Amino acid sequence: MTSPMLFEPNRPGSKDVAWCPGCGNFGIRNILRKVFAELNLTPQEVVIISGIGQAAKMPHYIKVNGYHTLHGRSIPIATAVKASNPKLTVIAEGGDGDMYAEGGNHFLHAIRRNPDITVLIHDNQIYGLTKGQASPTTMLGMKTPTQPWGVFEEPFNPIALAIALDASFVARTFMGYFEESVGIIKKAIQHKGLAIVDIFHPCVSFNKVNTYEWYHKHTYWMEDHDPYNREEAFKRAIETDPLPLGIFYIHEKPTFEEQVMAYKKDKTPLWQRKPKFGEIKKILGAKKGF
Amino acid sequence: MVEFKEDVSIVLGGAAGQGIQTVEEILTRVLKLSGYNVYANKEYMSRVRGGINTTEIRVSSKKVRAFVKRIDILIPFKRGVLPWLENRLSENTVVLGERENVEEEFMEKITFVEVPFNKMAKDVGSPLYLNTIAAGIAVGLFHGDFEILKEYLRKRFGSKGEDVVSKNIEAAEKGYSLGVKLCEEKTIGINVKKDERVKEEVLLSGTEAIALGAIAGGMNILTFYPMSPSTGVAVFSAQHAEEFEIIVEQVEDEIAAINMALGAWFAGARGMVTTSGGGFALMTEALSLAGMAENPIVIHLAQRPGPATGLPTRTLQSDLNLVLYSGHGEFPRIVLAPGSIEEAFYLTATAFNLADKYQVPVIILTDQYFVDTYYNLPEFDLSGLKVEKHIVETDENYKRYLLTEDGISPRGIPGYGKGIIVANGNEHDEWGDITEDEELSRLMQEKRAIKKLRTIRKNAMMPELIGSEEARYLVISWGSTYHVIKEALENLGREDIAFLHFKWLYPLPSTVKEVLEDKVLIDIEQNVTAQFAELLKKEFGVSVDHKILKYDGRPFSVEEILDALKGVLE
Repeated sequence: MTSPMLFEPNRPGSKDVAWCPGCGNFGIRNILRKVFAELNLTPQEVVIISGIGQAAKMPHYIKVNGYHTLHGRSIPIATAVKASNPKLTVIAEGGDGDMYAEGGNHFLHAIRRNPDITVLIHDNQIYGLTKGQASPTTMLGMKTPTQPWGVFEEPFNPIALAIALDASFVARTFMGYFEESVGIIKKAIQHKGLAIVDIFHPCVSFNKVNTYEWYHKHTYWMEDHDPYNREEAFKRAIETDPLPLGIFYIHEKPTFEEQVMAYKKDKTPLWQRKPKFGEIKKILGAKKGF
Repeated sequence: MVEFKEDVSIVLGGAAGQGIQTVEEILTRVLKLSGYNVYANKEYMSRVRGGINTTEIRVSSKKVRAFVKRIDILIPFKRGVLPWLENRLSENTVVLGERENVEEEFMEKITFVEVPFNKMAKDVGSPLYLNTIAAGIAVGLFHGDFEILKEYLRKRFGSKGEDVVSKNIEAAEKGYSLGVKLCEEKTIGINVKKDERVKEEVLLSGTEAIALGAIAGGMNILTFYPMSPSTGVAVFSAQHAEEFEIIVEQVEDEIAAINMALGAWFAGARGMVTTSGGGFALMTEALSLAGMAENPIVIHLAQRPGPATGLPTRTLQSDLNLVLYSGHGEFPRIVLAPGSIEEAFYLTATAFNLADKYQVPVIILTDQYFVDTYYNLPEFDLSGLKVEKHIVETDENYKRYLLTEDGISPRGIPGYGKGIIVANGNEHDEWGDITEDEELSRLMQEKRAIKKLRTIRKNAMMPELIGSEEARYLVISWGSTYHVIKEALENLGREDIAFLHFKWLYPLPSTVKEVLEDKVLIDIEQNVTAQFAELLKKEFGVSVDHKILKYDGRPFSVEEILDALKGVLE
């Protein structure tokens, strides 16, 4: 195991952390550093692709490769990074708005595509960076500046949705449980295929309902659950109060990178390859005839 | 007798699904292998069955690469084809086909040669053989090599069993002897010379040239969402993904497509997207990310008329402004537009090196006319092609956005070297971390939008000048109109008119201004507002004197350009 301190950034810009004091993102950062250390990774071999939002600022506060991209677009970018260089450990990271609203379509299709990446969703059930609007996971009835009479749209259930689509790895944790979260995210990264981890964490500034205390009170750990049983996993996924935590579902299946023609024979990362001029010549030769 | 010399334009017309593509394929390949220069282009409707689609095939003694309005031989497969093509018919047009497929009012205006296609096909055994008979006739008219035709049919239908092959050969034979007979009886006279060298040339479409050029340029990943007329590049690439060992992925939308391509480049691989105007519109958000993060990307945009769905299967050059000005904020880009199939190949390969070198989006603009055109040409020379990746091995102090005099920061990638790479779509410091610092914000804007643009402009390609520098008149065009204008100018045969063709549209080298000075400028474009003329005005303050514009979704023909130029010159 390496030291979590290996992932402490020393760049001038990484000192000015934009998160509010008490924000759950700090906890997730500490969890990540521990996970990377326990997995014996180096900063050079990890890439975090993030979207937009407070959660998406993670690449600036940790020492690994990072790409802070666009709202909702981290998953397609992460998919291609992994496909271009499968030697990298690739994580797509964002908040509930980023992954489930703006990036909802990519979330769905990434499950179908099954790239070997880990998707971490900081789920605080609110939009923090834009000051407190409802997110897809905000609970019914919650009043916000833009939903003054209370949210009436059914909250998005990412766990049930992912299991319904037969995702490869589906888990939920609460960052308030440090060691357990380290364990789950570690397993998610080690899992071959798309791993989705919905991480509950409070927004201390804008979500006065889903506090640390609330998550402790309204969640429980699944003890005797068999993650290889899809039906059971789905039953757990639609429980509402208390909300189950743990690994809901695992389905090992071929990944995107394993199935594309590019890696059928040659495992060299794409970025190190040269164009096959011989094959171009062959095709041009065929174009002389039929 | 109707006689055609040197250059014959054959048009096939029928409903979608009637097999015109099959006839076109047989004809062009067999005639090319028989030693004739061929050119083909199609027009089609946005529907799966029915309607009227046509294909023009030119067969010529010398290289022809442009669309002509004139129809010498027309083969209609259904009623309605002649009215659809009315303004392209003349009394010299020979119509070969069933009597029932020629409307009464045309009988006086054309030369009609009755060919009982259906009966002939039924005699062979099934109406399905109609296409092979039609192809046989056309090959027969040119006294093409029948052995090649037979070999082609064997190869094409071989998987369907010996019976299908022999029936097709029988059908071809019937057609072929009829074609020969029409010449011998002096109903139709054809005098086109063969050229042995043509047999060794390749027959390639604009679509294939773009795809092969991308592969030669080191493309590792092609991501796309299907959209006419850009999809062909993805189809071709997908069908050859195994031998090229590339990834071709059809994704959920254009947004995912371009973001994936960005991810590929971020990781050091080379990605491309192929799309059309509507798809590109969705990509503009990520285009801005490419601008800010200095993430290379290559985009192929095959234009079709808009706005919105427009005319999905037709042609126009109206997305120039879209690619010049799309995206929020200010950042440079390179816009290329090949004029010939050779150019499409080499320019697309080059696009990847340009994207890598300058770390900007490179957009290749083609259009429906261009991608659906094909002709024979000498095989490409691959010896000069080089993949220049411009990727550096990083050290511990690596800064992704190092401020440099030319605006280009050395590009590192994750996992190569001791450094770590932080790329960012927010304004950033040299390390890539978010900043709102006044001074840094200003320097980074200048780095991207001024310094980098200046560097690219300095190295931009000059347009091709055809004709004399001293000519009084100068025709200006860009992209796919190249060959049509060239042929029109050859037909015009005047010394006082030259032609300036742009394949590198932006940023323009500043020396272009000198070429434009003291000339009567004639701008030829396929859009309604003369977008390229506007760009010249903006860049150099010059105004064109005449505009020849077409925007009905159909390509310019050689005759149209010739007439329009005569109008300007008189």
